Amino acid sequence: MIRTTPFHERLTELNDQQLYTHWSGYLSALRFSHAPKHEYFAVRNAVGIFDTSPLFKYRITGPEALDFLSGVVVRDLSVLRPGRAAYTLWCDDRGFVMEDGVVFMQSDNELLMTAARPLLSWLTSHEHGRRVVVEDVTDDYAMLAVQGLRSRDVLAGLVPEVTELPYFGQAEGKLASVPVTVSRTGFTGDLGFELMVAAADALTVLDAVLEAGAPHLMRPFGEEALMTLRIEAGLPLTGVEWHDSRTAWTDHDRVTPKELGQGWMLKGVRDGSRRFIGSEAIRRELVDGTSRWATTGIVVDWQAWNRLHRDNGELPTFDEQALGWEQWLRTEDDTQVGYVTSFCYSPVLQRHIGIARVRPELATAGTTLHMETTLHHSTHMVAVETTSMPFFNPARKTAK
Amino acid sequence: MSETTATSTNGRTGTSYDAIVVGGGHNGLTNAAYLSKAGLRVLVLEQRHLVGGAAITEELRPGFNFTTFSYALSLLRPEIVHELNLVQHGFMPLMMPGDFHPTGDGDYLLFGDDDDQNVEMIRRHSPRDADAYGRYNHDLDKVIETIQPLFDNPPPNIFGGNTGRDPDDQADIAWLLKHLGSVDRKTMHDTVRMLTGSAADLLDDYFEYEPLKGYLASSSSIGNRIGPMAGGSGLVLLYHKMGEHDGHLGSWSFHKGGNGGFTQVLARAAQSFGAEIELNAHVDHVLTRDGKAIGVVLADGTELTAPIVVSALDARRTFLDLVDPRELPDDLVDNVRRTRYRGTSSKVNFALDGMPEFPGLKGAAPFGGFLNIGPTMEYLERAYDAAKYGWYSDRPFIDGALQSVIDPDMAPPGKHVLSCFVQHAPYQLKGPHGPVDWETERENWADKAQAVLEEHFPGFGKLVLQREVVLPTDIEAKTGLTEGNIFAGEFLAPQMYFFRPAPGYSQYATPIDGYYQCGSGTHPGGCVIGSPGRFASQRILRDQEQRG
Ligand SMILES: Cc1cc2nc3c(=O)[nH]c(=O)nc-3n(C[C@H](O)[C@H](O)[C@H](O)COP(=O)(O)OP(=O)(O)OC[C@H]3O[C@@H](n4cnc5c(N)ncnc54)[C@H](O)[C@@H]3O)c2cc1C
Repeated sequence: MIRTTPFHERLTELNDQQLYTHWSGYLSALRFSHAPKHEYFAVRNAVGIFDTSPLFKYRITGPEALDFLSGVVVRDLSVLRPGRAAYTLWCDDRGFVMEDGVVFMQSDNELLMTAARPLLSWLTSHEHGRRVVVEDVTDDYAMLAVQGLRSRDVLAGLVPEVTELPYFGQAEGKLASVPVTVSRTGFTGDLGFELMVAAADALTVLDAVLEAGAPHLMRPFGEEALMTLRIEAGLPLTGVEWHDSRTAWTDHDRVTPKELGQGWMLKGVRDGSRRFIGSEAIRRELVDGTSRWATTGIVVDWQAWNRLHRDNGELPTFDEQALGWEQWLRTEDDTQVGYVTSFCYSPVLQRHIGIARVRPELATAGTTLHMETTLHHSTHMVAVETTSMPFFNPARKTAK
Repeated sequence: MSETTATSTNGRTGTSYDAIVVGGGHNGLTNAAYLSKAGLRVLVLEQRHLVGGAAITEELRPGFNFTTFSYALSLLRPEIVHELNLVQHGFMPLMMPGDFHPTGDGDYLLFGDDDDQNVEMIRRHSPRDADAYGRYNHDLDKVIETIQPLFDNPPPNIFGGNTGRDPDDQADIAWLLKHLGSVDRKTMHDTVRMLTGSAADLLDDYFEYEPLKGYLASSSSIGNRIGPMAGGSGLVLLYHKMGEHDGHLGSWSFHKGGNGGFTQVLARAAQSFGAEIELNAHVDHVLTRDGKAIGVVLADGTELTAPIVVSALDARRTFLDLVDPRELPDDLVDNVRRTRYRGTSSKVNFALDGMPEFPGLKGAAPFGGFLNIGPTMEYLERAYDAAKYGWYSDRPFIDGALQSVIDPDMAPPGKHVLSCFVQHAPYQLKGPHGPVDWETERENWADKAQAVLEEHFPGFGKLVLQREVVLPTDIEAKTGLTEGNIFAGEFLAPQMYFFRPAPGYSQYATPIDGYYQCGSGTHPGGCVIGSPGRFASQRILRDQEQRG
């Protein structure tokens, strides 16, 4: 049976659409009002909250917790300190990405890791006698993302710890007398925080946040708005930008961290100084230059877009809702050289943007390519240019 | 909000420029940005302490930001956003959450972005109007598709005579005829009805529910001295429907920080291309020699030279004040003299202690964004009646924007600003014994507006922390817009397109060599659009090129 999150009881009262999708067995709101664009703008220009409770959560404790996890995930965790968090991928032994998540370091021997898919047996199978305990604590906690321009203003009066929190920092605090973990993390590419709270206390925390947020025009946002936000932020999404290598049928659906545009995570891999699951395969990929793809942003030529529509008797469309399918990228001579995995109109950038995968030699920013699009039930081409990501990257995201 | 009210301008570094733009409204700034982008050394001269003209935001009370004049954005041409890299400088149009229209009987219409919900809202009152609504919108969109290319291109010069016509003009005319020739019968007829007929006639053809017609007709009398029942009101309605937010026609947005936020973005963009902006610089007149513009003289006597002078002011100022009309052809001067301005628009802007409450909505108010108070067409027409005889409405029509619901930076947390466009208040008051000074009526007029708000939102008065009253005379005094006409010349068919600002002078040049016009008095006219500034820059650069 479909479950509801600890915040659902209250959030559903604020949802005049009652449109939900399923996320890891939970109901997850698609939108709260008739126009998800308002929810989108709430984040970019005020503040929004998003219920991320369905994320799987694992607690890893013991004197060798960090050592253990370092040998499992892609990111170099040796630099992690208590009070800090890190975004990471993890791969299979062929160096293909399985999933992603955030590792929170609570103390020297306690870590918490979020994941989009269940992970317990895989994690424990890699313990190899280390002194660690890995537990699934998914149901123990609710998680609330408080994101956007005013997120700090809203939370400052509730958990003063947020005012000092650096990007990807985390702290323990009390919110409405309830213990919470607050971290400066999120999936919107904006200034933002996430609150982790014991499931039983979820509503107390939510009510306090809602009350503090109201004067700042806070809105809950759903998955549709989140999709636009995370595309603008250039953040890849599992199931969209790639498929969990364990369940992919062919290598067409698999990507390596480098192919996914996350090569920055691979410090110490090329020279073999860092080992984790899949690192050897990735090392060979780096040394031999065998990456099949490079991930890049694309921006549609606005004049070409307008012309295409007007020449066909249509008014140009500017839809911030992400397309639900891929579009192919071609060169001038019509060879397919890539595909767009996520595509939408960005209201803050006033441009159609997309996350794409192209042949590595074409990923240099400023390369002109042509994207397939459909109009009047047939295929048309529109010029795009490759660009670096994030598309939208406000200074406030990481600023003190 | 310091970002939008603080005018960080670079000032003037010299006395001689390639081009001088008189007036730092949005059109002057747009024009200057394009000219500097093309490599010209450009100076903008603005008489006030801030740029923006009729598009400004002022913090009149700590934390409360007032959009003194214009209060919403949507007609701005997307080309300008891209060509001037405005996003990079902070361009951010926020989508208005909706339109709230009390129906006068305690009920309401609330329109948002979901068409199905809008239709349901209408069906609640009239099942017949529910499907008419879709038909109406589609028909209007077709008219817009017809008109938009005219709107988005400078008007062709049709007055050249048939022999020896300039080949460019010939091509423009051919383009226009071809375009019009492609329009289907119904749409062409609808177009002419809209351009010349009344909003009331049009709406009566589709709808039966009076408050729905009142809601739709409201934009037909904005800015003009006209009621929805008069011929010509269709044109203003059409104009407003042409606005969009990210391609959604008829949907208006609010720029982050108000239209003052927008003009600050423009100023930054212009400066990034190298334009200089000098504030507190009132231009007294344009210097000419042998039929050529050679510079300007400021009120303090300073002379600045440039072979190109662009007036971003309305036609009265451009042709009758800045230059000696004796230097101009009679037909131009005559036409400019008889252009109708007759402002009847006023603003009453409020700082509020909380959200106004509408009894029909009980409890949490889901409205926000636009508040439209003019329940029926008859109400709108009556709100206009007095203006015909030189007096203001007893029960005015209000188009308000509760901007703090969209942009938290407009007011302190929990507080609000409501920017109200209130009509009709004629520029020249006429009592039984002759002209009446507006100053004696200023607060009475604002009281009338506030009483209307009180009627629909009981307790409104108790929320008012501060009120700013902007009369047509204030508009004129502060921006220079003649008689306070918000469009820089009424939107009437004989004052549009190739007749704007005068037949034969609609292509941004003037009879004085090197003297150009780029204000809202030129095609396509008023509103925060930017096209006059952009088209004029194209004309100037083309003339430059031809001169070599
Ligand atoms: C009350 C009101 C409400 C409106 N509401 C809206 C709205 O919501 N949305 C919309 O799109 N449009 C609206 N409009 C219309 C729109 O604001 C104007 O059409 C537009 O801003 C005009 O721009 P402009 O650059 O052509 O001229 P202006 O904005 O009038 O700029 C002219 C500038 O020139 C300066 N100036 C004048 N004389 C001199 C001189 N001699 N020397 C130096 N400088 C001088 C002025 O100070 C001013 O800054 C409204 C207008 C008004 C007045």
